[in-house]
Amino acid sequence: MSVSVRIPTPLRKLTGGADEVSVEGATVGDVIESLEAAHPGLKERLCDDAGEIRRFVNVYVNDEDVRFLDGRATALKDGDEISIVPAIAGGC
Amino acid sequence: MSESIVRALKCRECGQEYPIEPTHVCEFCFGPLEVAYDYHKLEGKFTRELIESRPQTMWRYKELLPIDGEPTVGAQNGFTPLVRAKRLEKVLGVKELYIKNDSVCYPTLSFKDRVVSVALSKAVEFGFTTVACASTGNLAGSVAANAAAAGLESYVFIPHDLEQGKVLGAGIFGTNIIGIKGKYDDVNRLCSEVAGKYGWAFVNVNVRPFYAEGSKSLAYEMMEQLGWKAPKHVVVPMASGSLCTKVDKAIKEFIKLGLIEDAGTAVYGAQATGCSPISKSVKDGTDMIHPVHADTIAKSLAIGNPADGFYANRVINESGGWAEDISDEEVIAAMKLLAETEGIFAETAGGVTLGCAMKMIESGKLPRDESIVLCITGNGLKTQEAVVDAITKPRIINASLKEFDVLAEADGVADA
Repeated sequence: MSVSVRIPTPLRKLTGGADEVSVEGATVGDVIESLEAAHPGLKERLCDDAGEIRRFVNVYVNDEDVRFLDGRATALKDGDEISIVPAIAGGC
Repeated sequence: MSESIVRALKCRECGQEYPIEPTHVCEFCFGPLEVAYDYHKLEGKFTRELIESRPQTMWRYKELLPIDGEPTVGAQNGFTPLVRAKRLEKVLGVKELYIKNDSVCYPTLSFKDRVVSVALSKAVEFGFTTVACASTGNLAGSVAANAAAAGLESYVFIPHDLEQGKVLGAGIFGTNIIGIKGKYDDVNRLCSEVAGKYGWAFVNVNVRPFYAEGSKSLAYEMMEQLGWKAPKHVVVPMASGSLCTKVDKAIKEFIKLGLIEDAGTAVYGAQATGCSPISKSVKDGTDMIHPVHADTIAKSLAIGNPADGFYANRVINESGGWAEDISDEEVIAAMKLLAETEGIFAETAGGVTLGCAMKMIESGKLPRDESIVLCITGNGLKTQEAVVDAITKPRIINASLKEFDVLAEADGVADA
């Protein structure tokens, strides 16, 4: 599957300034591995030592947080849009 | 003005430090950044006498807020009443209860005027001319008003289905108001992408570390108003969980600076059951926050994916506090109780705070014989929809004494 991944500002130093990159992967976990292969250093920003997505990083497939789907195992289809969003505050 | 004691922005996860810039995420581990201070520079210089000699605004504690020099935005904001809630004490069966009443915070009637004056003063320092926010309502109004008064351009992003009072309470200031088809969490996600693209100061994105510090002023005031001491227990509403952590930070700062004794203050969090990821984590005895799809009338607290949830959970646990959540019906009942006993019309979040406190008093989590402060953070006039069907309607009569006499007799009122 080829999917597009939107890269947040704080991580663009690792993608040569690109705000969106296209990578291959059948699951969210695969996509993170593909990102790491193309842009070394991305995975350690997104995942902890055990490979889990860090608690303050939000990954969305299309418009849904992967925590509501199958997390890293969430299956992808061609053309899916993935967003990586650092947690931000509001309310109290 | 003494030299600023702000040292750096520091990653809450890995401890990496960064210079003071409009940025909010660690480049190394992607963790959130927080303002770090060199408190020792204030030794002997930041005294009760100095603070008391200053105007009654949140800026009397300016050394502990992360701006350089004097504030350029919101110089009059803050310093709201701390009310001894004698009538509510009787109803709840507790000995010493106070309301920190930010429902009358200047200028937009919520505690957001505190965080916004810090964020916008900092934005001006950084040279921004447009400010923006993702908001559940109160923040939008506060950014719009404070930006207008400072001559800044503003964009505010809100969920499309907010209470009319909050939409109007932002629109009146001539801001660019954008309603997003989705929940707050969707607004938030969009804004984090917008913030990366346009050169604006987004108060809760790229200037968030500074913005969040403004909340501490609520707790500084609370301690000064209690006669330079901390309460034994403080109850705060939780959306992202930020306020909970900043109240705790403020108390620790005052202890460190010798302004108060350590009272072993426990911090308690309040949520609506329809959006209670932090409260659930505390009650389940875990620090894992599972995001939820928010569904509650307490829209200012409807953040299903709370950015500071983990840290709020830690503050509650380490301080010996607790967290609770209540139904929308209990929120309305508590809003009415606060209004009828203390004359304070709080927004839905205030109902959440009082209602959760009542539940924790009943369960014994909050002791009846020690001091308790409830933080009321917003005004009920902005969330009228929540109570419109629950309040007494006027009884309509003609301008006739006879008609009123009939009504008075029915009420059992005797004439003089």
